[in-house]
Amino acid sequence: MAEETRSPVLEFEDVSLSFEGPPVLDHVSFTVNEGESCVIFGTAGSGKTVLLKTALGLLKPDSGRVRVFGQDITDMREEELFDVRSRIGMLFQEGALFDSLTIEENVAYPLLNQKSIHSTPDEARRRVEEVLRFVELEHTLEKFPSELSGGMRRRVGIARAIATRPPLVLYDSPTAGLDPITANTIVAVIIKQRDVSNVTSLMVTHRYQDGRLVADFRFDPATGGLRPSPNGTGPGTRTRFMVLKEGSLVFRGSQKELEASTDPYISRFVARRA
Amino acid sequence: MLDFLKRPVLEVQQFYLLFGAALKNVFRRPHYADDIFIQMDIIGVGSLPIVILTGFFTGAVMALQMARALSQYGQVGRTGMVVSIAVVRELGPVLTALMVAGRNSSGMASELGSMKVTEQIDAMRALGTDPIQKLVTPRMIATCTVLPLLTIIADFVGIFGGFIIAYYLLNLTPTEYWSSAWRALEWNDVAQGLLKPFVFAFAVSLVGCYYGLRTTGGTQGVGRSTTQAVVVASVMIFFLTFFLTKIFTKLATP
Repeated sequence: MAEETRSPVLEFEDVSLSFEGPPVLDHVSFTVNEGESCVIFGTAGSGKTVLLKTALGLLKPDSGRVRVFGQDITDMREEELFDVRSRIGMLFQEGALFDSLTIEENVAYPLLNQKSIHSTPDEARRRVEEVLRFVELEHTLEKFPSELSGGMRRRVGIARAIATRPPLVLYDSPTAGLDPITANTIVAVIIKQRDVSNVTSLMVTHRYQDGRLVADFRFDPATGGLRPSPNGTGPGTRTRFMVLKEGSLVFRGSQKELEASTDPYISRFVARRA
Repeated sequence: MLDFLKRPVLEVQQFYLLFGAALKNVFRRPHYADDIFIQMDIIGVGSLPIVILTGFFTGAVMALQMARALSQYGQVGRTGMVVSIAVVRELGPVLTALMVAGRNSSGMASELGSMKVTEQIDAMRALGTDPIQKLVTPRMIATCTVLPLLTIIADFVGIFGGFIIAYYLLNLTPTEYWSSAWRALEWNDVAQGLLKPFVFAFAVSLVGCYYGLRTTGGTQGVGRSTTQAVVVASVMIFFLTFFLTKIFTKLATP
């Protein structure tokens, strides 16, 4: 029952967007409710990144409405959007860390630059140390992004995304280009973040393994690791799945429905299961 | 026909929108003073050696060429005058701006272009910062501040380069050269010599930033943007100097 009473955090209503060609998003509608984990699968070029950027207000849809925390952001000006964005964490595909700043400066960036947050340098420093400890990279404060491995950069990206304690976190292909072991480490951090902070999350990926881990595992504070917990049986979050194909959502449903699907495009993702 | 024109018109419109936004940000908070000083160091101090070298050899070559022409009229003594007018009015501002365009428009385009293709610009917007305020306005302010200063240095070094030639090769006395060079200059020359680099600075900085921010297509796109920035900035400098010279010539004519 509790699921129905949850308020929508992110809503796409018939959103379409194109850049000089076929639509990148084609009449996309979905809702992510508070406390939910939502995983969207899609191949390269299916519109995953564009969907997340539209949710952040970085791209404006040609038609349709986007609502975040109940606010319609579709026609908002950039200055107004800063306030909304301060409540959303975003992990970009390659981390998108600022090359010219140290890891500490990168993670402190939203704390010092978001108008609605305004941390003092001391508060920012404490929070930076805390989140870097969370992603187990507290020893990298003075380093530059170029000195870190791909997986480490991705973890710093997560630290930066969650530094302001946003109630909604968006993950853009968090494991793209990483080896399977590092990829699992990244997903473990995402699960830990979800279960410790009880945030709503939306992850786009092309790896079914990522979605399965998010759905079937939970963070165990006693051991500091993950423990199996079938989707929806544990307290707190529930994971829902969607599949994006050439800008259209072709599947919305539970893990069971996803795995039972006979659609060749959808089953391509499930077949990749390890 | 209309489709053919659509793209260039759109580009010009977007360039002017960037210009307007960057200019508006000069009067709006937050101001990134640190970034302005860093850019002043990169553009101003960093360009100093090449500007000095260019200025010196420009003045020296001017003296050599003009002395040959002036000798036909027995007016070699006026070399200082010719060098100072040419350098202060035209060669100093234009060549300094071209050097800075080659060095910094390309640098801005490649730096911002790399940030664009690695989603750092999007990340900046997502983290509460206006990229124009943080990246474009400081570069524009820094260029507008240092380019006139670099031009003054280039002008002086250029006239000095002419003096070296006049003194050692043309056997003019220092007084002969410097007094002729000094007397030749009017306020109109000094005004246009300082106004030109100020106007060129907008072209140099904004063209670099514009091409950087519109980069697409990965590392290949960054290379393309860099080349386009240098070419467009250089062409704009020539266009602008033509129109500014025309205006000042009109003003100087009684």
